[in-house]
Amino acid sequence: MASVHTETNGPEQPTPGAAESSLTVAGEELRGTSSPKQEANRHSVQLRVNTQLHAVDLDPRTTLLDALREHLHLTGSKKGCDQGQCGACTVLVNGRRINSCLTLAVMHESDAITTVEGLGTPDRMHPMQAAFVEHDGFQCGYCTPGQICSAVAVLDEIASGVPSHVTVDLARPIALSETEIRERMSGNICRCAAYPNIIEAIRTVAGGRP
Amino acid sequence: MKAFTYERPASAAEAAAAAVRIPGAKFIAGGTNLLDLMKLQIETPTHLVDVNSIGFDRIEPTDQGGLRIGALVRNTDLAADPRIRRDYGVLSRAIVSGASGQLRNKATTAGNLLQRTRCPYFYDTDMACNKRTPGSGCAAIGGLNANHAILGASEACIATHPSDMAVAMRALDASVETVAPSGASRSIPIADLHCLPGNTPHVETVLEPGELITAVTLPKPRGGLQLYRKVRERASYAFATVSVALIAKIEEGRLTVDRLAFGGLAHKPWRVEQAEHAVAGAVADSIADVVLSGARPTEQNSYKLPLVRRTLAATLEHARAGASR
Repeated sequence: MASVHTETNGPEQPTPGAAESSLTVAGEELRGTSSPKQEANRHSVQLRVNTQLHAVDLDPRTTLLDALREHLHLTGSKKGCDQGQCGACTVLVNGRRINSCLTLAVMHESDAITTVEGLGTPDRMHPMQAAFVEHDGFQCGYCTPGQICSAVAVLDEIASGVPSHVTVDLARPIALSETEIRERMSGNICRCAAYPNIIEAIRTVAGGRP
Repeated sequence: MKAFTYERPASAAEAAAAAVRIPGAKFIAGGTNLLDLMKLQIETPTHLVDVNSIGFDRIEPTDQGGLRIGALVRNTDLAADPRIRRDYGVLSRAIVSGASGQLRNKATTAGNLLQRTRCPYFYDTDMACNKRTPGSGCAAIGGLNANHAILGASEACIATHPSDMAVAMRALDASVETVAPSGASRSIPIADLHCLPGNTPHVETVLEPGELITAVTLPKPRGGLQLYRKVRERASYAFATVSVALIAKIEEGRLTVDRLAFGGLAHKPWRVEQAEHAVAGAVADSIADVVLSGARPTEQNSYKLPLVRRTLAATLEHARAGASR
């Protein structure tokens, strides 16, 4: 059974750290200055994140990424470019990878959202997380949660026969290769350029190698 | 992002009605292009009509032997559909040559057709752009325009249409089905969906206010060798400088061009029907002569003239190699 976590009205532009202790004050200030129209333009949304249900009250402008980070305090998903170019915000929605910065949280009522926190924990890492550690698939680590979520989905996409730009024959099962992995990971940028080790990590998981 | 209200209707008719009930309303489907533009306040809808719950998310056979692709079918699902891969390979190839895996998972069939130009001056709100602010001028003309249009452009706008999928749809002669707020439906040939810029580059399609695309229909399969070749500044995740959608056939041992459309050259997918059958033996330069007649490149993008020839030659060569296998 999923438990329900209810979040109270947060500030319009939430400040990281402005949590429990100052929330009452911020909330009062907000209620004091908001017009009834603004109050009306909020949406109660149930977000199912990492199997847990969260009831949140959101301005419809809130992207899924901002809802995850600023309202649910799941800061694994990162904001890099905020325009779908870098992939640092990649999460899985109903098992498929998307850019959480380019979708609204209100559009994801009842969807199953998985962030890097939901894939595994430091004690019980997902095989892809373990492989990134094993192969040093990062330097600064900022893009890593997005890389890992994306990589998990890439292997599913290959297994389910989704073609890519480098797939040679559309009629045959897709052969897993470095070229396929590189092409499919092109929506995840690593400015430390840890690409060779990221590829190794993904190949390890794909091949079931330790 | 400017404030907006939000609703999620359950049918296409409700959605179309909602879009005209509230001035400034817009449909949102995948949202990958619209939200990007809303963050920059290039798009400032007052109300969003989320069409993700109206159905139209399947690919179904038509009575004519073709396929009806629901407007909400995601780009990934369209490219991966076994019928598309088998019978409309050029479409599958075009889709996977664009964007990233994450974006293709979210982007829809209709949204892909309606995406807006990536002209950097359209995106920069400090610059003049007749498409963004009608009458303000075009900063691309006389600016940095190496990747702008060489065909069908005007004194008001030299932007290109960014879609790869639409180029394949044009080669395949797809039709766009819509429903209007009145409840009336119509079918628009893909050739007529997008407008040339003329003096009104802000008018990008023939869709009326509130008119909602519900499906894109493909005619029965054409067979042949189907290829999509895209040239861009890096190997992946970039828009085309030139792209070619080709359907070729072998007749009496010789390769002939059945369908040919180009991306990256104009304000809409570019197909010149006379070029398809006029040239015996599929000679790239002769075909390109027809395609490029009337081309008006800028100093910076005149490289596209030889690039069209070479990309077409390479695509035809690829087709010949495929045919001889």
